[in-house]
Order: sequence, then C-alpha cells, then structure tokens
Amino acid sequence: MIPVVWFFRVLVLTGRINFSPGLIIVVGITIGLFGIQCHAKIPQDVLIMATQIDDMITLDPAEIFEFSAAEYAANVYDRLVTFEPDDFSTVAGGVAESWVISRNGREFRFRIRPGLKFHSGNPVTAQDAAYSLQRVVRLNLSPAFILTQFGLNGANVHERVRAESEDILIIETDKSYAPTFVLNCLSAGVGSVVDQSVVQSYEVDGDMGHRWLRTNSAGSGPFMLSRWKANESIVLKRHTEYWREVPAMSRVILRHIGEPATQRLLLQKADVDIARDLGPDQIAGLASVPNVVVRPVPKSGIYYLGLNQRSDILRRPRVVEALKHLVDYQGLRDSLLANRASIHQSIVPKGFVGAIQDQPYVLDVEKARTLLAQAGYGNGFRLNIDTRNTSPAMEIAQSLQATFALAGIEINIVPGDGKQVLTKYRARNHEIFLGRWGTDYQDPHSNASAFAYNPDNSESSVTKSLAWRNGWPHPELSEMVGRAVREKDGARRAALYREMQRIHMRVSPFVIMFQDIEIVALRKNVHGFISGPTFDTVFYRNVTKD
Amino acid sequence: MDGKFSVSRRRAVGAVRTTSRLVFSVVLTFIGLLLVTFLIGRVIPVDPVLTAVGDRATADVYERTRIELGLHLPLYEQFWQYLVKILGGDLGYSVLTANPVTEDIRRVFPATLELATVSAFIGIFLGVPMGVLAAVHRGRWPDHLIRVVSLLGYSVPVFWLGLMGLLLFYAKLDWVAGPGRLDIFLEDLVDPVTGVILVDSALAGNWEVFTSAVRHLALPASILGYFSLAYISRMTRGFMLEQLSKEYVTTARAKGLSEFRVVWRHALGNAMVPLLTVIALTYASLLEGSVLTETVFAWPGLGLYITNSLLTADMNAVLGGTLVVGAVFIGVNLLSDVLYTVFDPRSR
Repeated sequence: MIPVVWFFRVLVLTGRINFSPGLIIVVGITIGLFGIQCHAKIPQDVLIMATQIDDMITLDPAEIFEFSAAEYAANVYDRLVTFEPDDFSTVAGGVAESWVISRNGREFRFRIRPGLKFHSGNPVTAQDAAYSLQRVVRLNLSPAFILTQFGLNGANVHERVRAESEDILIIETDKSYAPTFVLNCLSAGVGSVVDQSVVQSYEVDGDMGHRWLRTNSAGSGPFMLSRWKANESIVLKRHTEYWREVPAMSRVILRHIGEPATQRLLLQKADVDIARDLGPDQIAGLASVPNVVVRPVPKSGIYYLGLNQRSDILRRPRVVEALKHLVDYQGLRDSLLANRASIHQSIVPKGFVGAIQDQPYVLDVEKARTLLAQAGYGNGFRLNIDTRNTSPAMEIAQSLQATFALAGIEINIVPGDGKQVLTKYRARNHEIFLGRWGTDYQDPHSNASAFAYNPDNSESSVTKSLAWRNGWPHPELSEMVGRAVREKDGARRAALYREMQRIHMRVSPFVIMFQDIEIVALRKNVHGFISGPTFDTVFYRNVTKD
Repeated sequence: MDGKFSVSRRRAVGAVRTTSRLVFSVVLTFIGLLLVTFLIGRVIPVDPVLTAVGDRATADVYERTRIELGLHLPLYEQFWQYLVKILGGDLGYSVLTANPVTEDIRRVFPATLELATVSAFIGIFLGVPMGVLAAVHRGRWPDHLIRVVSLLGYSVPVFWLGLMGLLLFYAKLDWVAGPGRLDIFLEDLVDPVTGVILVDSALAGNWEVFTSAVRHLALPASILGYFSLAYISRMTRGFMLEQLSKEYVTTARAKGLSEFRVVWRHALGNAMVPLLTVIALTYASLLEGSVLTETVFAWPGLGLYITNSLLTADMNAVLGGTLVVGAVFIGVNLLSDVLYTVFDPRSR
C-alpha cells in the first residue's frame, strides 16, 4: 500500500490532481496486487460438491437425523441391508448377504457377508453388527425410535440383538411385524455397522465412543472421513478395500455454500462439479450454460399445510375442505415450483409401498366459497400461516395468501427461522403451519405414523406426531396404522395403506400439496452420481469424471 | 530521597488504582455482555433442545436432553453455572458443530481476522487520502466525486455488491478466485500455526497456497474495504475541514511551508487524533465478522458462526463468540487509547 500513498503524494505535490483516473489506477493497483487469471482445475479423481451442510451437527450414525449427515453416513457406513441404485423399492443385502425370518415372524437371522473390511482393516463380523444396533438402542438418541419401536430397550437389547457366531446376527422383535417394515427400518442410518474395537477404544465414561464418533468415522463404506470442518466442508477419501468396486474418486469434498447464486457461479466456472441447492432463478440461468446438465430427482419430502384443530374456525370440516380447494396446485407446480415439486395429495410419497396418485382437489374458488358459507364463514376470516423464511416455502405461502383471499380469507404470513417455527409448531401454538416433511426411513409407516397416528391427544402424550401437533385424534386411522405395520402379506399391507390414505385425504386437517423434486446440477463430465428417493440414498461410489 | 520516594510511591499507587479500575470495568463489561446475550438467548422463541435432538426425537429423549443442557434449572442458576465454567476456561461444547467452542473460535476467528485486517488496510489507505483530498478540494469536483463514491459504499447493500463483484471479477473477467478461503483441494497442505492462511503459507514457504489465498481474499476484502473506506473518508473529510480552518494552518502557509507539508503533515497529523477512534471502531466492527459478506463468499468467519448459532439457540457458541467480540472491542479500544498518547502529547 506504500506505493498508493506515494502516488497520492506525487499527485498533490505536482498539483496535478486528476482524481478520476487516479482512483481507477489505485483500484487497478489494488486488484493487480491480487493477480489475474485465477483458475485452478479440479483434479480428475476429486469430486467437489457445492451444497448446504450447515445442518450437520453430528457424524455418529446412532445420532444422525439430519439430511446432509444422513447422506454422509450412507457413503461412509455399510448398513445391514440397503437399496441398490437400480431398485429403490426392494431391500437388498448390505453387510448382511441374506436373511431368514422365523415362522412366528419375530426372529430375523442375518448371515454376514464374508470378506468385508472396515476402514481400519478389521474384518466386519456379526458381533460388530450386533454392537452397532445395541449401541443405537442404549444411547437412545434421536433416531433410536426406529429400532425401539420393535420393543428393544437398554435392558433387553443384549438379549434380543446378538451375534450367534462370527457370521450370524439375530434380531428378535416384541411382536410380529410386517417383514418389509422391519427390513426397511434396518435400511435406515441406524442400521449402519460401526467398527466395535475402534469405537470402544475411544469410550469415555460408558459413552460407547459417542463423543469421539460425533466427529470421526469407523465404518466400512466406500469412503472414509478425512476431515470435517463444521459449516465449512467435509472431505472423504476412498476406501481402497471396499467390497464392491473401489470408487474412482480418491476424494469427495462437500463444500458448504449457503448462497444458491454462489453455488451457480462456482458450477459455471467449473470450481465445483456438482451444485445441490439451486433455486428456479439459478436453474433458469444455467439453461444456456454449456457443459452443465440439470437433473431433476424425485424425493420423498412432502409439502403440506397443518390446520390446527384447536382453532375454532379450522375445526369445522367444511372449512378444512374449502381450504383444500383454495390451493393453486397446478399454477404453483408450473411456475414457482417448476422442476422442484410434483402435485401429490396423499401422505405416502410416490415410489413407496401403497402410494396412490389420487388428486381430488383442484383450485375451485366457487366451491370453496359455498363450503365456507355452509360453515358460517361466508364473509371469510383472518388466519396466520407459520412457515420457514426460506424458498420455496415463502413463495408457496404468498400464493396461498393470494388464492385464499379469493374466498375472503385474509392470511397473515408469519415467517421464521426453522427452529423458531418448529418450536411454535411443537407447542401447538400455530393456526396454519406450512411445512415440508421428509420420511425417516423408506417405509409407508414412517409417514402414516406421523400424519395419521395420534392415540393420545393430551398435552402429556408421548406420541407427539404431526397429527398430535395439529390436535387431531382419529381412532379409526390410528388403529389402521397399527394394523398395517403388522400385516405380513405385502399386497394386503399395501391395500391397507391405500385405504388409509383415502380416508385421510377426505377427513384430515392436512392439506397435502406437493412432493419434492431435488435439482442436481452437474458438470457434463461427471457421471454415475446417484440420488435416490430419500435423503440417505445418495451414493458417490459410482462417480467417474471424463 | 524521601520526597522522591513518596512521589514514585504515589505514582505507583496511582498506576495500581488505574489498572484495577480498568480491570474492574473490563470484568464488569464482560459480565454485563454475557448476561444480556444469555437473556436474549433465552428470550428468543427458539427451543435449544430442538437444535440438539432434532424435530423427530421422542419425548423421553427430548426431556433427557433438556436436563443435560441444564434448561430445567432457573435462569439465574443456569447463568451462574455458565460463569463458573468460563472462569475454569471451559466455554462448553457447541451443539451445532459438536466441537468445544474454544476450538471452533480458534478456527473461525483467524478467518475473520485475515479478512478484517486486509479490509481495514484497504479502507484506511484509500479512505484517509480520499477524505483529505475531498477536504482540500471542498466543493469542487474531486469532493463531489468522493462523496458519490462514499455514498455508494454506504447505501449499496454489501450482499448485492458481493454478488455483483463475484459475477464481474470472478465469473466474467476471471481476475479473482471464487468463494472460500482457498481452492479446496489445496487445504491441509499447510500446517495451521496462526490459522491465518496468508501467514501460515508464507511461514511454510508454500507460495501456491499463498497465491490461492490472496486471490480468494481479494474480492471480499475489497468489498468490505470499500464499505469501511466510505465511512473513513467521510470522517476524514470532516476532521480535515476543521483543521484546515484553524489559524496554525494559515500561519504555516504564511511561513512558506509547502502545501503538501501543511496538508499531509500538520493538518492530517492533528486530524489523526480523532480519526484514530474512527479507525479503531471500524476495525473492531470488521473483526466482529460480516455475516452477509461471509455468506456470499462462503467465508467461515466469526460473524457467520455467531449468527448461525444464535438462530439455532446454540447458546454456548453464542456466548463464546460474544466473549471474543467483547474482548476485541475492549482490546482495540485500549490500543486506540495507547495510540492516542502517541499522536496527542496533551493526553500523556
């Protein structure tokens, strides 16, 4: 900067202050200090993704329950059972190569695949698998309910989940459940197998290595953790002894880029290979960019309105039905949610067992007016919609505000940060909640239990499902949810979910509107990136680059 | 001898008194700062347990975590426990990053320090001369031009400026590197000594990393520098106008001193005294971290860390960050007080 000062001195001394060019030159010098032509190419065997990983708060598969961490776990840990990229509807072998279910349906006997190795080099055994499941139950963290719903608890898990030999794992459930349900649950992150000897070596005060595993890895998946800088980046390196084909990418780097416009610039400049969080503006802007492809991927997330039944207005069935006719489903899909969502009006997402495609509701203002008049609200009313202050929730809320107004309903949008909105929702202090719900595991029971199961509507209820949050008990549906999860016959189980959804669609205070589509934008030279229907069926192991 | 002894003793006692008063006020400031932040954290309508356990946790997991976080205790007890822990040097764990807060701050603060320092240099070394020129040419076109430049710096949102800067200098012209502190595949090539990449890479003699860091720093530092330049130049102009209207300036000119000496040495020398406070405050506010700039440029600094933590009610992280910001403000202010005595003999 000394030359800059001298430059000014000379200008003043000579009395020839010509400020405009001076400023330009000074700015030029400043920029010149930083050099020009800044492009460094990404190595051929490194995959860099621009994504939002600020929800990642733990790397322990017994605790992971956030989108980006679940994706991490899917690539670092092998699960007992899993899904193959060519068929996300049928459970396939993972660490377990095969399984047998007892006649009474309560005992699952898994045979562990031989020759699997952890990143440490240790062999993967049935004891590791048993320890991993026991660990989830005993630590009893957020996702533990996926296993404890089978009657497992800290006291009985050692007995009911055990290694019979080096290669046989046994899991006993308290009741007879639909086998697909049990297997689907084991395909979730809680079914990740951790390296017992490594994890135990970091155990402190009986925490089963939890504190250590929150920021480290001990898996057998295609990649292992190299470094995690929270809210910055996560770097994975390949597992060279992976049992499937060894990944072509030596490193996979997930870089946190919060701003979608910045993600787009990075992709355009080939500073990242993949951008994961682009909005409609960025996608439209990429249309004319060569060497970039935009790929829509259907996901299981659902956008819905929860109408709190503790509100005197929303408690009336005709009001609820009227609101279902005041959503511009097609208009939203074709404009604000173009390429980002498809119309879906039932609780089980497309692609899941028992999903239905019924779409009985369309924007019909006249019908809504009639229903409101019949409910005694011919002159409309005022309500608040609570929603996250992010896209596309805000855009959907604005559209709802416009279409609800056509029937005389004045909507006040109350935007808030995610945690703030959720706090209010969980306390049942909302009127209308506009939210997005993602499935916990790839089984229809996940959403059925959330949207339809509410056996106890009191404040002290232990099952604070979405139905509970909206103050809606429905004994018939709650019973059906319980029945469907125990139905062993696949066809009958699917039929039960179909029936349940049609009842739910008709009577529930939920306006189910759209199913998520994720837009993945990739450089054209990137191949083999797999993004399945749920947030934890994203796989990097097949990626190659030209 | 006695007289001399008693004078030096009086001075020593005075120094001790001043120091203890200073220490007392610093401690009180910190406690006040922590208390206000703590209360804000408890008043905002965000449930801290949600951050720790997520939305799907069962009732028993939720309750157990609430107790683990100490949220079942009365507020005063929660605050007292926190203070006791801080005195023991433990800022606790961040729920959001799963790391000790001290470790997080050790990671994010150097990023902010690096950006703020370079920005402050740009702001000072361009802003002060611009302010002087504006004052010297008051009412003429350089003054008007500098006013427009300054007003733009004030009024254009940093967020927009950042995105436009990226679009022009990174995407179109390819003059600077994109967001982030470094090309990500160059990370970890240099051992962190200070955490400031420019310094660490220079110490290690790794010029590839150094160059990459400089290129990544150029745009965010220029934009933040522009923002502070706007403020500094306006303030400099004001201080200089005041000085240039004083009699000693007329006397100096009458004595035949060169205009350069009158303006840059005498007038600016005197204007520097109040200007120091402006510069110190500007630097301190830059050291707080600029959330928007850090968001646009994916710059993992202190501002972004505190904001993310606050939005998710990660109170250990918020309070830890607040402590650092408080320390920075107090430190920079103390430094400006010291510099005051250098520039202004009357204050010695």
